[in-house]
Amino acid sequence: MAPRLKLFLPLALFAILALLLFRGLELDPREMPSALIDKPLPEFSLPQLGRENLITRADVVGEVALFNVWATWCVSCRVEHPYLQLLADSGVPIYGVNYKDDDAAALKWLQDLGDPYRANIVDAQGGLGLDLGVYGAPETYFVDASGVIRYRHVGIIDEQMWQTRLAPIYRELVQEAGQ
Amino acid sequence: MRFGGINKAMVFCCALMLAAAASGVIETYEFSTPQLQERYQLLSAELRCPKCQNQNIADSNAPIAQDLRRLLYEQLEEGASNDEILDYMVSRYGEFVRYRPAFDRSTAVLWLAPVLLFLAAIVVLFLSLRRRQGESAASQANLSDEEQQRLQQMLSQSEQDT
Repeated sequence: MAPRLKLFLPLALFAILALLLFRGLELDPREMPSALIDKPLPEFSLPQLGRENLITRADVVGEVALFNVWATWCVSCRVEHPYLQLLADSGVPIYGVNYKDDDAAALKWLQDLGDPYRANIVDAQGGLGLDLGVYGAPETYFVDASGVIRYRHVGIIDEQMWQTRLAPIYRELVQEAGQ
Repeated sequence: MRFGGINKAMVFCCALMLAAAASGVIETYEFSTPQLQERYQLLSAELRCPKCQNQNIADSNAPIAQDLRRLLYEQLEEGASNDEILDYMVSRYGEFVRYRPAFDRSTAVLWLAPVLLFLAAIVVLFLSLRRRQGESAASQANLSDEEQQRLQQMLSQSEQDT
């Protein structure tokens, strides 16, 4: 019996390999855990888009908020923009990090497409992006009421993504803060 | 008219090739000492581009890789040590940015798998060799004189048949 069963060994190995590869199809290699999860939002003092003043970490911390890294050169950002507007209209505080962008182009974008952001931090050199561990746009960071980064989402936010994955995270943070 | 079209196409192709060559150029940095340059090359080969995951930052043309190279240059010129630079990168992008990540729970499999697989291979090899040796010894030992004789007979017969 045993030697006969041994004949099935290659088949079993193949089945295991196929299973692993099949699982691999669904994994997104870009979905890496951020190194900044559970770390405080980095300090910054940068110009505010469309204003004369500087905006600092102290200005944006204090309630649960989303930090959305965007730029006019980023095509996917245009795709997610309408949904960000919907979220903002429903009361989700969103701050923009205008990443390595041109101020005039960014202002025109907000004028043409609408402005879902509480305020926009101008990160022309990408320094804040570097501190956040940004490697592309769009990326969205969930920051809790005490200013700690709790979640990072890479890629666009759309209805499905928000409802299935992100809304529960956001709600939990809001509950935690008792807002 | 037809030739004109072909010529235009050829010029266009040549222009495309030139464009590819031009965009392949990666910025150069002037280092104050050759040692810094050496360390720059070493570190930029060891740091992995977060965006294009199978390239190091020396090879990648992604904007984030350019940023990291500039950062690396600045930190080297400021006199940071290799460990300081790697820590800086890891604190922002995670162990992922290093091609040789530090040994911890999540990278243990990565570091230990080759050794374990090698040891497993040696064990399998050893066992199968021993079994084979045992089998051949056993097959000889199990034949009685009579059987041995029959075997010889059969062998000589099959030789005659061929």
